[in-house]
Amino acid sequence: MLKRVFSKKNRVLLAELVRTDFKLRYQDSILGYAWSLLRPLFIFVILYIVFVKFLKVGAGTPHYAQYLLFGIVIWNFFAEMTLQSLGSIVGRGDLIRKIRIPRWIIVLSSSLSALINLFLNLIIITIFMIIGHVHPSNMIILFLPLLLEVYLFALGISFFLSAAFVKYRDVSYIWEICLQAGFYLTPILYPLSRITNVTFQKLMLLNPMAQALQDSRYVLITKRTIIPNHLFHGRWYEYVPFIIIGLVLVIGISYFKKESKFFGENI
Amino acid sequence: MDDTAIHIENISKTFKLPHEKNNSLKSAVINFYKRDKGFERQKALNKISFDVKKGEFFGVVGRNGSGKSTLLKILAGIYSPDTGNVAVNGKLIPFIELGVGFSPELSGRDNVFLNGSLLGFSRKEMKEMYEDIVDFAEIRKFMDQKLKNYSSGMQVRLAFSIAIRAKSDILLLDEVLAVGDLDFQQKCYNYFNELKNQSKTIIFVTHDMSAVRRFCNKAIIIDGGQILKVGAPDDIARLYEKINLQSAGDRLNEENQESKTVKNKDREGNSWAVIEKVETFDTKTKKSSSLFLEGNDIGIRIFFKAKRHVDNPSLGYIFQDDQNRTVFATNNKVMNVKTKPLNEGDEIVIESQVKNIFTNGQYTITCAIESEDFSVIYDRREYVHKFLVGGHQLAHAITHPEHTFKVDTRQSNKS
Repeated sequence: MLKRVFSKKNRVLLAELVRTDFKLRYQDSILGYAWSLLRPLFIFVILYIVFVKFLKVGAGTPHYAQYLLFGIVIWNFFAEMTLQSLGSIVGRGDLIRKIRIPRWIIVLSSSLSALINLFLNLIIITIFMIIGHVHPSNMIILFLPLLLEVYLFALGISFFLSAAFVKYRDVSYIWEICLQAGFYLTPILYPLSRITNVTFQKLMLLNPMAQALQDSRYVLITKRTIIPNHLFHGRWYEYVPFIIIGLVLVIGISYFKKESKFFGENI
Repeated sequence: MDDTAIHIENISKTFKLPHEKNNSLKSAVINFYKRDKGFERQKALNKISFDVKKGEFFGVVGRNGSGKSTLLKILAGIYSPDTGNVAVNGKLIPFIELGVGFSPELSGRDNVFLNGSLLGFSRKEMKEMYEDIVDFAEIRKFMDQKLKNYSSGMQVRLAFSIAIRAKSDILLLDEVLAVGDLDFQQKCYNYFNELKNQSKTIIFVTHDMSAVRRFCNKAIIIDGGQILKVGAPDDIARLYEKINLQSAGDRLNEENQESKTVKNKDREGNSWAVIEKVETFDTKTKKSSSLFLEGNDIGIRIFFKAKRHVDNPSLGYIFQDDQNRTVFATNNKVMNVKTKPLNEGDEIVIESQVKNIFTNGQYTITCAIESEDFSVIYDRREYVHKFLVGGHQLAHAITHPEHTFKVDTRQSNKS
C-alpha cells in the first residue's frame, strides 16, 4: 500500500508541486527566498518587545523569550498548514478537472510546503536558543515524535477541510474562527501556570496542540513547563490527545477518500 | 481481453445540477429537509458500452453537449461513473487538454518541468528531453520568460511539444486540432501518423470530420448521452453531418414558421392578388421539409389568392444563395404554362420540382404574382422561405449537375 502511494511517479510529482509552490510564493520579490527567514525573524522581534519587555507575561519562566517564540512557531505551522491545505484542492482545480493524479498528492504537497517553512523557522529558533544559552534536556530526541504528532494532527484536519471546502465554501471562515479560538485556548502567549484552576489546566492539556507544545518545550527549553504527565499522574486521560489525533486522521482520510471521487465535477 | 485496450460496459453518469449553487452551509441546511428538490438531474451518459481494440485510432464524435467530453473524463478517471465498468488494459495517459497545470507566473522552463512531472517524467528524464522539446516548439529565446507573456500559439506549441513525449499505450486527445496555425496543424497530423504507425491506441474526440476520415479506423457517434452508432469512420462522419444538417433544417423550419406570422417587410405590390403560403417538400415523401440532401430533389408549393378580378397572372420564383446571388429563376412564361383569369377569392397553387444540383448551403425563395406582361406587381415577397442543401462531398464546387464518368484504360502493347 505504502509502496504504491510513494511510487516513483508520485514522488516526482510531489516534489515538483512543492517546488512550484515555493517558486510562486516569492515571485516578484527582490529578496526572494530570504523572506522565509526574514519574516519569522521580524515577527519574533515584535513579540519579544511586546510580551517579554513590555508586558512581562512570562516572568518566572526561564528563557521565556524562546519559550514564547517556540510556541508561536509551532502554532503558526499548524495554522499555515491547515489553511493552505484547506484551499489546495479548490486552488488546484485546473489539475483536478483535467488530469488523473492522486488527489491526496495536492494536500500532501501543501503540507510539505508548510513543513519546509517550519524547518526554516526552527533554524531561527535554534539561533535564538544558542544566543540565550538555552540547554535542551537529554530527551531532546523526543522532539521528533512530538513534531510528527503535530504534523499528523494537522494532516488529518487538512484532508477533512480540503474535501469539505470543495462543497461548502463556508468552511474557510469557520476554520479561521476555530484557529483564533485555538490560538487563545492553547498556552502559546502565556505560560500554562498562569491558569490557576487545575481543572482548567487539565482540560486545556487534553488539546493535542497544547500537549505537544508543552511536551516539546519541556524537552527543548525548560523543565519548568507544565506537562500532561505531571498533571495527570499517568491516568488514562493522558492519552486523550493521541486518541483525538487518531480519530481526526481516520475521519479526515476516509472523508477525503469518499469525496475525492467527485472533486472533478464539484469544483 | 488480449487485444482489447479499453472495455466499457454499461456506463451511466448523471449530474446533479443545483438550481442555485449549493456550496454554502446555509443552503445545505435548508436543502437537507427538501432533499434533492434543489437539483435538476441531467443524464450525461446513459448505458454506454463499447470496446476499443489495441492499435485503433478511435474517433468519438457528437454535437455539443452530447456527452462525449464526459465520456472522455470518465475514461481518464477524472469523473467516476454512477454505474458500469471501465477496464483499461495498458498505460493510459490521462491528459484531456494540452498544457495542464501550466502556471502563468512561472517561466517556460519551469512549466516544462512541472508539466513533465504530470506526465510521469522524472526531473532527470526531463533534463535529457529539454533541448528537443524547446527545439520542437521553436521558442528557445522565450524559455526564461514568464508564461503569461507568451502568445497563445506559443503556449500551445510548448504544451504540444511536451505532450508528444509522453510514453503510453493509450492516449486520450480532445480537440487538440482546434488551435494553432496551419503549420502547427501539420505537425499534429505528422504526430498522429507517427502514433498510428507505432500502433498506439488513440481515443480522439473532435468535431472535424475530415480528421476523422483521415486518421480514424473506427468511430463512435454519441447523441444525448447514448451511442447512435459504432462503425467505419466514413459512415460515422456522414451520420454526424446528417444530424447537424437535420438540426439546421429544423431550425429553418422554425424560422419559416415565424416568418409566416410576422408581417414581411420585404414585400411590395398592390395586393390585387397575394401570396398566401410558400413551402418546400421532399419530392419522394411529399412531406414538408427544409433540408435537401444530395439526390433529394427540391419540391416547392406556392399558394396565391386573388383579392379582386385579375387577368391571367404571371407567376414566378427565384432561389438566392447566402450571398444573395440568384442561382435559379423560373416562371410560368418560360415553362409555357398558361394561367386563367381569377375572380375575387379564387385560389391558385403552383407546384414545382427542381433537380438538386445546388451545392451545400442555405437558400432563400423569393416569389411574385404579377400582371401578364409583368408591368404591374400584385404581390412580391422576398426571402419568404429558407431551405438548406447539404451532403455534397465536393462542396467547393458551386453546382453538382448530373453527369456520367467513364474511364477507359488503353494499355500499350509494349509491356
